[in-house]
Amino acid sequence: MSTRIFGSGIKRREDPRLITGKAKYTDDIYLPGTLHMVIVRSPYAHARIRGIDTSAAKSAPGVVAVFTGADVTLNNVPCAWLIPNSDLKTVPHPPLAKDTVRYVGDGVALVIAENRYQAQDAAELIQVDYEPLPAVVNPEEATKDGAPQLHADAPNNIAFRWVASSGDEGVEQAFAEADVVVQERIVQQRLLPTAMEPRAALAQWNSATEEMTVWVTSQNPHIHRFVLGVITGLPEHRLRVIAPEVGGGFGSKIPTYPDEALTAWAAMKLNRPVKWTETRSENYQATIHGRDHVEYVEIAAKNDGTVTGIRGLVYAAMGAYLSTAAPGIPTILHGLMYSGAYTIPNIRCESIGVFTNTTPTDAYRGAGRPEATFLVERLMDKLAHKLNMDPVELRRKNLIPPFENGHQVAIGLTYDSGNYEAALQKALDMIGYSNFRQEQVQARQQGRYLGIGVTTYSEICGLGPSQVAGAIGFQGGLWESTIVRVSPTGKVQAMIGASPHGQGEETTFAQIISDELGIPVQDIEIVHGDTNNTPMGWGTYGSRTTPVAGAALVLATRKIKEKARAMAAHLLEAAVEDIDFEDGKFFVKGSPDKFKTIQDATLMATLAWDLPPGMEPGMEASQFYDPPNFVYPFGTHIAIVEVDPETGGVQLKRYVAVDDCGPQINPVIVEGQIHGGIVQGIGQALYEGAVYDENGQLLTGTMMDYAMPRADLFPKFELDQTVTPSPHHPIGVKGIGETGTIASTPTVYNAVIDALRPFGIEQIEMPLTPPRVWGAIQMAQGGA
Amino acid sequence: MKVSITVNGTVYERDVEPRMLLVHFLREELGLTGTNIGCDTSQCGACTVHLDGRSIKSCTCLAVQADGREVTTIEGLATNGQLHPMQEAFWEKHGLQCGYCTPGMIMASVALVKNNPNPTEEEIRHGLEGNLCRCTGYQNIVLAVKTAAEKM
Repeated sequence: MSTRIFGSGIKRREDPRLITGKAKYTDDIYLPGTLHMVIVRSPYAHARIRGIDTSAAKSAPGVVAVFTGADVTLNNVPCAWLIPNSDLKTVPHPPLAKDTVRYVGDGVALVIAENRYQAQDAAELIQVDYEPLPAVVNPEEATKDGAPQLHADAPNNIAFRWVASSGDEGVEQAFAEADVVVQERIVQQRLLPTAMEPRAALAQWNSATEEMTVWVTSQNPHIHRFVLGVITGLPEHRLRVIAPEVGGGFGSKIPTYPDEALTAWAAMKLNRPVKWTETRSENYQATIHGRDHVEYVEIAAKNDGTVTGIRGLVYAAMGAYLSTAAPGIPTILHGLMYSGAYTIPNIRCESIGVFTNTTPTDAYRGAGRPEATFLVERLMDKLAHKLNMDPVELRRKNLIPPFENGHQVAIGLTYDSGNYEAALQKALDMIGYSNFRQEQVQARQQGRYLGIGVTTYSEICGLGPSQVAGAIGFQGGLWESTIVRVSPTGKVQAMIGASPHGQGEETTFAQIISDELGIPVQDIEIVHGDTNNTPMGWGTYGSRTTPVAGAALVLATRKIKEKARAMAAHLLEAAVEDIDFEDGKFFVKGSPDKFKTIQDATLMATLAWDLPPGMEPGMEASQFYDPPNFVYPFGTHIAIVEVDPETGGVQLKRYVAVDDCGPQINPVIVEGQIHGGIVQGIGQALYEGAVYDENGQLLTGTMMDYAMPRADLFPKFELDQTVTPSPHHPIGVKGIGETGTIASTPTVYNAVIDALRPFGIEQIEMPLTPPRVWGAIQMAQGGA
Repeated sequence: MKVSITVNGTVYERDVEPRMLLVHFLREELGLTGTNIGCDTSQCGACTVHLDGRSIKSCTCLAVQADGREVTTIEGLATNGQLHPMQEAFWEKHGLQCGYCTPGMIMASVALVKNNPNPTEEEIRHGLEGNLCRCTGYQNIVLAVKTAAEKM
């Protein structure tokens, strides 16, 4: 048997077009006669629009049209995650503001011109008469009486109030009877997703066929079509959405924004192709942000370290309107993860969604789970310190014991499989934990401040059973589908509804098919991104593409294999049950020399000259797959840092990650996902933060001000794995797209606090920039 | 203004607005869309090309400044259908995911190795400070540059 393609780190099949500049991202597509659209955006966080003078812009060179909110005939932009039992206020979100703007970046007018320079010039000529109103940017402050109100039907700016609880009585009792309770107020700072490709849309209207084609930077073209149909009123069978090459998303290209609907509307109105491409500054104002919580959290335990309860009150900023999935992020994807990797009998999360005069928030890599993991891991470290226990020992004491087929946690979820202790031990061995503790003591004697942070995490991904989606108010399904088509000569096209945009499924999915069918990878093509030639699917996010779409692919491929087996049996004049299959060849058991290849079987099935009775011609299979449960990858991350007390600078010295996503289809791609995730999570711990001033001006409005992680800030990460298959997935795999981000923020944060232990510092607000760390040291030493 | 710019070995003569950025000239006048735009403040490096052999950010250069000079873009890096060793190494070492920063990253890396044929890991990381990637965490990019440097 040849080396198995499954599990092999083959080179990516996406790369030749990407390393030569031949890839086509949305803005790279030029249609003859394309007009360029600029969206004029509000410079005020909150203001009444008294009037808009477009006359100068309309007569500027090259301008074809100028539109304001009064001209636009589109439906409001809907929210698609209507969490139940929460009194959710689905406030109207017009595609262009009509009378009131509610954040800096809210769209007020469209300028469409022959080229982008002319459109930008004319946009400068639009005169909007604003009457500024008081603004509020902090989600906790916004709920207080007297705070500026964003929406008439959302008193105190409260968008929803959601509770998940294992039983309030038990939770109360756990805290009342605890030997020790540790609390923290955590500010999960606002982050800018910053996919390297800004968003863009190109729309083409065919007035004769009444067909609309929209190329858009999307993680989920089928959802985009669904929602764009709602906003534009166009019927779905005449609405084609194409996500061409997409340059990263991290959640920010899940939502359907006003912008692509406006682009489509303008193309229809003007009967010419219209393109809109945001600038980076515009991206920072008008593309969703992530996180932005103020949390009050606490943990209850016995003196021996047994955790008995955890609870939190979360003020989660929604921004000015509800983005597509926003209400689900600080609730379902957050509160249900409070158990982490631990046995915690009593759990409660109350989450208050709050409108603020800021850019709407939504899913950003990890989406609710990084916030949950951060607070759990923060509280574990703080509790360990309070109990004078080693933080690793405290974790070990509370870890859920190994399980292979389902473990229900108190908050109600059933984790699929896990062996948390094994991953922890492996990571501890890699870093040399006990040696480090000695080294730390010696270093402190020399005036050097080393610290270590350990995170044992479990996370929920592979979203998810559709029945659950319905129960939690998600306005869609969460299944995936595929069509696998084998051509007469044995080449494979697999059409998938999910929409990879950097994750490499054109490679890993080809590996899955190749592994199942014995057809070489180079003969397999994965087709995705175009609603006209792919079957329905709900998209690429929540680390669900491989767990869900991958499962559909496995099952469809097995249908192909069984049909080919029947065809081969017919050709070999043998009974189907006597046919073995290996390396792409069917043969009668015991006679491997007399065989029919899968290509032979496919050709004969396609020619259909002599089919077995009852067999349909062709070699094609389709499969819908709705997973029975989520998947729960897990692992341990450990960081060692050194803090310079003179400058407050944090140097990351080592970073070890042991992750378990079940069997790995392509370990090189898995590692890449983890590397990127780690850096994104550390970005939150040490560097990144979107800052608004009290008037709602985004101070970090360009890449000059927003601290994106750079290559020189990181050591080489040390990675390893354990392999615990998911019991319910056909090939046992779990998602790996978000684990790095989920684990690395608390790991590095806790390492810094550990380093600062001699100063008695227990908390510093993220990001842990040198001024903040230095300031904390000064404060602790009784300075300014 | 009339300009004559050699791009990937071909001379192009065009009449452009004085304010036109080189990156827009490449993308919109010549259709060379391999050079990407990732920011508007010269931070991200996605638009990195070579001007007379030196790496520059083409969003921070006017087309007229390139008049009479030679530009190499990602489309011009491979020769006679053979990938440049840097392109090979990015592919081999999984130095890219979504690919958007990649053309600029590769062009910057080629210039880096040209100036420093045997860079250490630290020198590579320092040298690529001006090129941002949100996907890879940089580790495999550094590995790719190191690998390519050994072959160049």
